[in-house]
Amino acid sequence: MWLNQFLFFAAILFCIGVYGVLTRKNGVLVLMSIELILNAVNINLVAFGAYNQDIAGQVFALFIIAVAAAEVGVGLAIVLLIYRNRRSINVAEADLLKG
Amino acid sequence: MIHLVAGGALAQIEQAPFDRPVIDWHAVAPELLLLAVGALITIVDLVGLERVRRIIPTLTGLGLLIPMIPLLTLWDQSEDLPRSLFDDAYVVDRYSLVLKGLFLLSGYVIVLLSTNYMSEGDYYDSEYYQLISASILGMVVMSSARDLVSIFVALELVSITAYLLAAWRKRDLKSNEAGLKYMLMGVFASAILLYGMSLLYGVSGSTKLSDIATAMATGESKPIFTLAMVFTVIGFGFKVSAVPFHTWAPDTYEGAPTPLTAFLAVASKAAGFVALVSVVTVAFASQPDVVEPLMWVLAAATMTVGNLIAIRQTNIVRMLAYSGVAQAGYMLAPLAVYGDKPARAASAIVTYLVVYAAMNLGAFAVVIIAARKTRSGEISSFGGLFHYAPGLTLAMTVFLFSLAGIPPVGGWWAKFEVFRVLTTGGSSAGIALAVVAAVNSVIAAFYYLAIAKQMWFMPAPDGDHSPVVVPPALMAALVLTLLVTLVTGSVLIGPLADMTDFSAALP
Repeated sequence: MWLNQFLFFAAILFCIGVYGVLTRKNGVLVLMSIELILNAVNINLVAFGAYNQDIAGQVFALFIIAVAAAEVGVGLAIVLLIYRNRRSINVAEADLLKG
Repeated sequence: MIHLVAGGALAQIEQAPFDRPVIDWHAVAPELLLLAVGALITIVDLVGLERVRRIIPTLTGLGLLIPMIPLLTLWDQSEDLPRSLFDDAYVVDRYSLVLKGLFLLSGYVIVLLSTNYMSEGDYYDSEYYQLISASILGMVVMSSARDLVSIFVALELVSITAYLLAAWRKRDLKSNEAGLKYMLMGVFASAILLYGMSLLYGVSGSTKLSDIATAMATGESKPIFTLAMVFTVIGFGFKVSAVPFHTWAPDTYEGAPTPLTAFLAVASKAAGFVALVSVVTVAFASQPDVVEPLMWVLAAATMTVGNLIAIRQTNIVRMLAYSGVAQAGYMLAPLAVYGDKPARAASAIVTYLVVYAAMNLGAFAVVIIAARKTRSGEISSFGGLFHYAPGLTLAMTVFLFSLAGIPPVGGWWAKFEVFRVLTTGGSSAGIALAVVAAVNSVIAAFYYLAIAKQMWFMPAPDGDHSPVVVPPALMAALVLTLLVTLVTGSVLIGPLADMTDFSAALP
């Protein structure tokens, strides 16, 4: 297997994720796009770890998986809170604060 | 550049026997004590329920002061510094000790600011203090972290708790929105930061900052390192609300509970700066040609945009938010010339952080006290403050003068240090940035002094001259911040300069 293939795959996932964050208006889909970026990072880390013959990359990936779960847990709770109060999870509609 | 990944690479990783790391318990005592305090608050709340609710803030405040004891004993045994744990991945040196003290003390002041606010609102107060102490623990760990994994975990411990706290008033649409915006931007920023970190790890083969610095110094794989540095700086740029990544800050600050806004504007921002400074001065020490121009643009844009938008704000919290963005610009400025002396740039930034914490927390204390009477966040509501609360007016004037950088109060010394770092290198870029910063200081003085004018000379909006009641906790916070703001610009200049001399700790 070529290291390049993993890196290209991760780079493509990263770009899709960034595109999703910038264009999606639905709160849950924005969170999913962020998950795509985090998975790109994990693929990078594991691929580099295997290439460097070093376990640290995989350990880092495990940490990211655990922390991302906490992040998304809090994120979904906040999106749910917004949904309860406004009956909508459209991020663009949250515009009370500006200036 | 094409590389082969050997088949079954994992199986080939050498199975070294596990050596139990030697732990320097004295060096990690502050973190452990803080962890114990967080756990204690949780247990006391679970067991005592409603009966103990009133003592939780006091307990948290004291709990944040207890870890100061090992900090002082560590500082006292300065001949043993730097103490390093886990093969240099966690370092306790003067730099980290000063910052830990700063985080614990600002945490204490924030607890003082929150006490009345939380107990008078219909909020879940014990959980609030648990999350605050967890967040402070993240900051304290951050000051010592010299490894990508621990920096990341510490940063997330600071941020995830802060997302929850920003959305604390859960029936208030503005607070919901503040939490949503902060969370989405924060998580996105962490993801971008991590992508940069994964590239750093990949090319250098280690997550330790010192190893990354060694790998970078060889000059190989420069393009990938450049990409990684850009991603990392952008990720931290979000955390410290640098323009153009600042858009979340004013909205979050306005919508979040005001004591928490003080927390985000001071402690959380300082944590972002600490991570940025550690990574830039240690890992990127050999790459100023890439990082410096990036920092120059970020610093100049941050101070200018922050100040220009702050001028036209009518809400005091929003104005303080944009002023905080502008102040972040001054703090970024030394990193635009860190190349020849990284430790010097770091000490200017830490000096600024210390003074900024005192003056900004003080300004927020006055805003919180005044809002208890006026129930308003508009700048116009400060009219006539001098007539019914002269002491408060005087204190706020000191904080505003300090923010504007007028001697002899703290702010001028912080700005002076930044200017000194910018100009002593003799590079034209540094001098140009100093000019930008000087022009910005003048613009900033305009809107800071506009508030002073409102307080001293304008009539009270509704002619209400009843006195302001200041509860003891808020009074303590006000006196503490006022003292620090007053002495850091005059009497304490020497000791502060000694304290922030990091030439032994950083490259």
